Amino acid sequence: MLENFREAFDGIRSHKLRSALTMLGIIIGIASIIAISSTIMGTNEQIKQNLVGSGSNVVTVRLYQGDYPFESSWSTVPEYVPLLTDETLSEVRKVDEIVSASYFTQRDAYGQIWYGNKALSSGTIYGVDDAYLSVQGYTVRAGRGFTENDFSAFRKVALIDETVSAALFAGENPIGKPIEIRGEPYTVIGEFTRASAFKPTVNTLQDYFTYNTSTGGKVLIPMSTWPVLFRFDEPVSLALRAVSTDAMTDAGRKAEELLNATILKEDAEVRYKSENLLEQAKNLQELSSATNRQLILVAGISLIVGGIGVMNIMLVSVTERTPEIGLKKALGARRRRISAQFLIEAGVLTCLGGILGVLVGVGLAYGISKMSGVPIFISWYIIAATVVFSFIIGMVFGAIPAYRAARLDPIEALRHE
Amino acid sequence: MLIRLEHIEKTYGTPDHPVPVLHDVNFCMEEGEYYAVMGPSGSGKSTLMNILGYLDTPTAGWYYFEDVDNAKANDVQMAKIRNEKIGFVFQSFHLLQQRRAWENVALPLLYANVPKRERRERAEQALIEVGLEDRMEFYPNQLSGGQCQRVAIARAICSRPKLLLADEPTGALDSKSGQQIMDIFDELHDRGISIIMITHELAVAERARRMLHIYDGVLSGGAV
Repeated sequence: MLENFREAFDGIRSHKLRSALTMLGIIIGIASIIAISSTIMGTNEQIKQNLVGSGSNVVTVRLYQGDYPFESSWSTVPEYVPLLTDETLSEVRKVDEIVSASYFTQRDAYGQIWYGNKALSSGTIYGVDDAYLSVQGYTVRAGRGFTENDFSAFRKVALIDETVSAALFAGENPIGKPIEIRGEPYTVIGEFTRASAFKPTVNTLQDYFTYNTSTGGKVLIPMSTWPVLFRFDEPVSLALRAVSTDAMTDAGRKAEELLNATILKEDAEVRYKSENLLEQAKNLQELSSATNRQLILVAGISLIVGGIGVMNIMLVSVTERTPEIGLKKALGARRRRISAQFLIEAGVLTCLGGILGVLVGVGLAYGISKMSGVPIFISWYIIAATVVFSFIIGMVFGAIPAYRAARLDPIEALRHE
Repeated sequence: MLIRLEHIEKTYGTPDHPVPVLHDVNFCMEEGEYYAVMGPSGSGKSTLMNILGYLDTPTAGWYYFEDVDNAKANDVQMAKIRNEKIGFVFQSFHLLQQRRAWENVALPLLYANVPKRERRERAEQALIEVGLEDRMEFYPNQLSGGQCQRVAIARAICSRPKLLLADEPTGALDSKSGQQIMDIFDELHDRGISIIMITHELAVAERARRMLHIYDGVLSGGAV
């Protein structure tokens, strides 16, 4: 076996240029497959991160009316949906997939937040508990966060994010400044930011609409001061941190079940639903993969063309090495051995081409990423698969030349000079 | 009896246009004998050689090698016989250019699945016998024509075959190198190796102990 590989390398080494040119077809095919798949996977990873948030693993469970989020600005919560109790929350926290949970209320902040004569054009007001910042993975960048006193003393203090800070204060230091929320004065005590510097990458208009809601500003106030601004008995949403990104779906589903168990009516129209961003991401990914799968198919065809090139050269090689084959047969080499030599030579040739193709493809992917800003994701699995696949191509297209070599009549072969 | 040919016929071509090459060839050879086969080109001597060397099968007749008729042997069996019982020496050496001298010599052992260490030892022994022990690691293009042919002879004898078949072994060599090769054949014969050599040079053929002539596919014998 080892000797077979040696023979194969001999054949390749003795015709370096020809071998390189033969490999070119395979190199191009594999390189394009690697480049395309890296960009596809990069885009998918980006979609996932955009929607799911880079590794923060946060799932939101909130009331839905039919297919749409329940909007408490417009309607009141039906009586069959009781307020969430602390018991329910502690049950939710016990779920295996859930690391931590926090509850909050939210309202659209359109036209309700002012600083001086500037209004916040888009954003959301959140009434939050003390766990909210850590569950969401937010960190206070300037000023301070909420303290227990803020909650118990009903202090009218607010945390704002960078978007709000930029919109209202335009570079001014917001800490300590008063803002007006629904006519009530609140003091800005801090500015928070997402722990991981996460911003959805918006490449297209479609991306913009998809992620628009999550790019609006956020203003957080203590949950205890919520009734000052709005009603008591506001519907409560849950923010959950799952143990891993993959556990998000399960975490959301289990929390959803626990919360829905408190609803007093069967088949109620208003129910809790987890916002399964992972699922959404998957749907978007599938959409983008479908078109790219065709691209891979085209690249696959170029691999077949490359394989035919290999076959062509191997046939030449068999003719060229007819005396060698004849000698080996005369000395007692069996057909199997002769065909193995050429099969392995073709396989090694394409396998080398595959490895070079991977290198070129990775380079190409980086180039594309640099030029167009599309992220890439290099998968070892894909790399291994393409190299193995290129070896198989060699074996398949080497089969005919190998068969011909094995069938050569030693007398004819020896006479051939 | 090492070899016995009885009524060997060989015909090429199609059934409609047969081209007879060998006709009723009968020949016996004891172990340790040294034959030269002479004949002009086209006389059928190469075909005879191919049949003797199990590279080809006769159209009709019986070929006993060590009293066994292998005329109907299949491809794999013929490869095995060639590998174990017969050593070939060709006019144009047929050495593998990418292989060192000893690796060329050990090639038949490779096909017999002899382990590498033993292959090397036996190849070295064979190279000593042809006086090339200091050229073990050389590649064929670093050797002269005569040395190449000696490597080829070493390759033919290293598997200890019963029969050495040489096809114009001096045809591609100058007369001095040719003499050396013939001396080696003499030595091998003295050590009891059976040799059949094809040549069209009388001077070379006369070195053999017995001579055969072949004309138009008919073999006639005669001692030197």
